[in-house]
Amino acid sequence: MSFLVVDNAVKTFGGLRAVDGVSFALQQGEIVGLLGPNGAGKTTLINLISGALPATEGQISLDGVRLTGLRPDRIARAGVARTFQLVRVLPSLTLTENVMIPAVFGAKSHWGPEARAVAMGALDRVGLAGRHDATAGALTYIDQKRLELARALAAEPSLLLLDEWLAGLNPSELLEGIALIRELAQSGVTILMVEHIMEAVRALCPRALVMNSGRLIADEATGAALADPHVIAAYLGEGADA
Amino acid sequence: MLKVVPFLALIALIVLAAVPFAVSDYGLGLLIGAVTYVTLASAWALFSGHTRYISLATVAFYGTGAYTVAVLNEVLPYWAVLAVAALIGGAMALVVGLATLRLAGVYFVIFTFGLAELVRQLITWYEVNVTGTLGRYIFLDITARGIYWQMLGLAAVTIALTAYIQRSRLGLALKVIGDDEVVAAHSGIHLARTKLVAFAASAVILTLAGAIASPRWVYVEPAIVFNPTVSFLTVIMALLGGANRLWGPALGAVPLFLIFEFLSAHFPDTYSIFLGLLFIGVVFALPDGVLAGLDKLKAKRTQPKERTA
Repeated sequence: MSFLVVDNAVKTFGGLRAVDGVSFALQQGEIVGLLGPNGAGKTTLINLISGALPATEGQISLDGVRLTGLRPDRIARAGVARTFQLVRVLPSLTLTENVMIPAVFGAKSHWGPEARAVAMGALDRVGLAGRHDATAGALTYIDQKRLELARALAAEPSLLLLDEWLAGLNPSELLEGIALIRELAQSGVTILMVEHIMEAVRALCPRALVMNSGRLIADEATGAALADPHVIAAYLGEGADA
Repeated sequence: MLKVVPFLALIALIVLAAVPFAVSDYGLGLLIGAVTYVTLASAWALFSGHTRYISLATVAFYGTGAYTVAVLNEVLPYWAVLAVAALIGGAMALVVGLATLRLAGVYFVIFTFGLAELVRQLITWYEVNVTGTLGRYIFLDITARGIYWQMLGLAAVTIALTAYIQRSRLGLALKVIGDDEVVAAHSGIHLARTKLVAFAASAVILTLAGAIASPRWVYVEPAIVFNPTVSFLTVIMALLGGANRLWGPALGAVPLFLIFEFLSAHFPDTYSIFLGLLFIGVVFALPDGVLAGLDKLKAKRTQPKERTA
């Protein structure tokens, strides 16, 4: 049975159909890229799955549990964790506190030393070991991104939604980032990642979904998707089509 | 260090409870006022300190507490009146909270300010049109010392409750909400419930404070008990001390209350000008409160030493 099922998801903002009848399914443990030009509706789709926005139409379910209509906190407790396109750390909290939150309020409801242990584990995993008591507001951009990923990990999610998590990293950080995501995928987490860095998509995702103007225009092996004339047209434009 | 603080607090509480035997009536009046504002500022910070939802509804609850006593003091025994006041305050907070806690920033501030005015106008309308009398008398057999002890007890409970909440899941959830509600929701925090619980707890204490303080007035009417200055003073006291610190609101309340008393006694016509200047001064000079300011100073002093070492 499919793990994440998105069935005919629609999101309209006034007259704009930001997500227009998107359907696909992910198997448990799969890592899939979500591609498409700016404004294609990728982040909106992520927002529908994580509950940040309610879907106008359609159904989304995770492991047989219906997610559509649930509040974001319920969806988080159902095992969905995400990062944000524009990094969102909690500036007045320490790194440990930042990361502890989903461990405390998520599905597992850890508390006290147990929650700390989960948080420390997640911080160590993303390479922030030894800085547990620093304040999040003082971190550099890459470290804020690491922190955000650590926070998603501390939720111990079954589905991880990454919204351009690799954007803005320099080449060596990018390699580190790719290795980190690969390690996560190998641990069994299902990952759906919005990404513009093709190098990373090719390296990580055997399968890619491509969106354009709210519609899903390709759902196939990454190599084939990137060679698909429709996809190339969506990215580069098609003189005759316009 | 952490274990010493509750012990010292307990000793301070015992000493404070004994003070009425050593001061004049005027001194006792000052003490009651100071402890009342410690309670109000601490209770206000219980909700607003971490969530950063600035509420100007303090006097809506405080006044409701006083008015409950005014209406019921001849009908029910005193302790039952307090219980009813607490229930009314809690119920009011739940209704208001459900309607407003999704408002953010300045909209919430304006709404809470409006709420205090609304309650005042409603009670005035009701008294004039239905009962036909605007003022009410409170004749209760409670001494000033009795009021002081009750208020001191309420202040102690408020600070203890704040300490407990700060160490609990609720406290962590409130902190996260203050920083970023989107992250809070996506981390599994039930936003509405978390905010409502804290808002209601804060409101119950504010209402009780009004009920306990009310016998001091003897004569009560809406314009007296719903004085918006109480709301503003509470906010500025909590901010002066540091609204997200356990002892911050208490630390801000005592000196500001004394200054307020001094000014209103010596400059009855112009004290509101000084008050306004004081508000501006606090917001400009110590936006995070005195305690955070002290921490910063300490950090500045220790840093150069570390560099030379």
